[in-house]
Amino acid sequence: MNSETHRDLWVFIEQTDGNIAPVSAQLLAEGARLVKDMSEEAQLCGIIAGNENDVALASKDTIAYGASKVYTVTDPNLKNYTTDGYTIAVTAAIREHKPDILLYGVTPMGRDLAPRVAARMGLGLTADCTRLDIKASDYLEFARTETTMDTSSINLDDVHLKQTKPSFGGKLMATMICPNSRPQMATVRAGLWDTPEADYDRTGEIIPVDVTINEEDIRVRIKSHQAEIKSDLSLADADIIVAGGRGLGSKEGFDLLRQLADKVGGVVAASGSAVDAGWIEEEFMIGQTGTIVKPRLYIACGISGSIQHIAGMEKSDTIIAINTDPDVPIFEIADYCIVGNLYEVVPALIEHWDEFKSNI
Amino acid sequence: MSFNIIVCVKQVPDSDKVKIDSKTGSLIRKGVPGILNSDDRNALEAALAIRDNFENVHITAVTMGPPASREVLFEAIAKGADEGILINDIALANSDTFVTSTVLEKAITKWASLKGGYNLIIAGRESSDGNTAQVGPQLAEKLGIPQITYVSDLDVSEDMSIISAVRRLDGSTENIEADLPCLITVTKYLNTPRYPKMCNIFGDKNIVEWNAASLGLASDSIGLEGSESVVISTFAIKNESVGTFIEGQNGTEQAINLLSELHRTRVI
Repeated sequence: MNSETHRDLWVFIEQTDGNIAPVSAQLLAEGARLVKDMSEEAQLCGIIAGNENDVALASKDTIAYGASKVYTVTDPNLKNYTTDGYTIAVTAAIREHKPDILLYGVTPMGRDLAPRVAARMGLGLTADCTRLDIKASDYLEFARTETTMDTSSINLDDVHLKQTKPSFGGKLMATMICPNSRPQMATVRAGLWDTPEADYDRTGEIIPVDVTINEEDIRVRIKSHQAEIKSDLSLADADIIVAGGRGLGSKEGFDLLRQLADKVGGVVAASGSAVDAGWIEEEFMIGQTGTIVKPRLYIACGISGSIQHIAGMEKSDTIIAINTDPDVPIFEIADYCIVGNLYEVVPALIEHWDEFKSNI
Repeated sequence: MSFNIIVCVKQVPDSDKVKIDSKTGSLIRKGVPGILNSDDRNALEAALAIRDNFENVHITAVTMGPPASREVLFEAIAKGADEGILINDIALANSDTFVTSTVLEKAITKWASLKGGYNLIIAGRESSDGNTAQVGPQLAEKLGIPQITYVSDLDVSEDMSIISAVRRLDGSTENIEADLPCLITVTKYLNTPRYPKMCNIFGDKNIVEWNAASLGLASDSIGLEGSESVVISTFAIKNESVGTFIEGQNGTEQAINLLSELHRTRVI
């Protein structure tokens, strides 16, 4: 490894039919911050694979979201994501252009591809990161103010990418580095940073990587792809979220929460316990292992607030918690706490909401 | 040759019972039972379901871990696996996913050389302690076989040469197939795991134990030294209460007081 030749910060741009995933745009925003803490020559770059048309579309967005350079691998056999095709594409780009850091979103695609690339190239890879630091002083500040860490062990000269991630469902946090290999790779959670504004006046360089993907390189056959019918609004984009937990007591409790969500113009979500109880599908789960959200208003009904759940919603602007038990951890992070029966409070919220809602 | 399925399993601390020492930010493992990782139960069930439908299927459960990990192999055998492989060596402590997948690859390759090869490798999507979902894909890469991750439905062709699967992704599903051998990682949507049978509890004699030396692994290629990812600190996040408790004689009063407060602070 020669760190002189490994300079830039890359974001793997996940695209489908030329549309880039929100997490990729968010990583470009975070990458723009991190790249300032790297060497003066370091640049923020995207790496995109796909067919010619899709890559061209996604490249425009990647530059609009802040990349200075976009490395592209185009081949008709990359039209659909496959592990084999994309692994060849991404490893070829890494070998030729030698990034210092490569970030992927925590999505089925990112989690399928990144470990395969890491294994092929002998690279370190940290999964499911929720915080990234290069500057040791930033990391020290975080450690001092937000954690239980003994900060005397922090090396202020450390220039590695410090990758912080939850483990044991968020009960414990760990910070990892990849000291021996380049690029340093991490998969990073969606929803931690806002999706940046796209600026189509920005310019950037598009650098094709010359690789051919043969049909026989791809050892799986995709037969079909169906979009599932989901709730009309996605959790990550919701302005107001009404979430239910074990305290609902039954599957039917979610019917009441849906009424509240309809009234306030929000969407329904759930804690891991409610999902485990089989009351609602996993897609609705908020938490470290579910979706991370930061809506304007989060209403937690019958949720005790496991660390794993709190890690998924604590950045919400305003949090309301309703629980019969005054000692539950959700009250430690909620802005408004109601010790009471949600089956009394929620119907009253539905009934009286319009009286208090501003007409703005 | 029989149709050989290898199921990768892991013993994890029961995360509902894990507590953190808030002073040191370290895990209190004492008294926390080790259990078979949740997604791995579905992986094992997938193998057993294939055997229910086909003749001559042989199932081997493999795990890397401390001596107590033998328990999850017992459980696998009690449910119907034919045998178990425990890879146990103190030198493997602190291995990252890169090393873990290398160790599993060596064990599976060794097993295959003794038994004539494998047809299908099944792993859980992720472990409930690390949640990385990396070992499955890394193992597939090192074995040089294709992978299908996030499997929620599964079918093996009549002639047992092709696997077709449904992958459950964020908001969509993908129907995909591959020639065997292949590695799949499965989700809880795939099946409902069966209970162990008491008549199968004499599993101990069907467990072989290997260590780093028996897999030809050099000491500098395993454990912390062989790992590409290194933990520099573990800690817990501080929690401080900031909220306002909304009073009221009953639910309606609390709701009205809350709405009034939300309106006053321009939240609504």
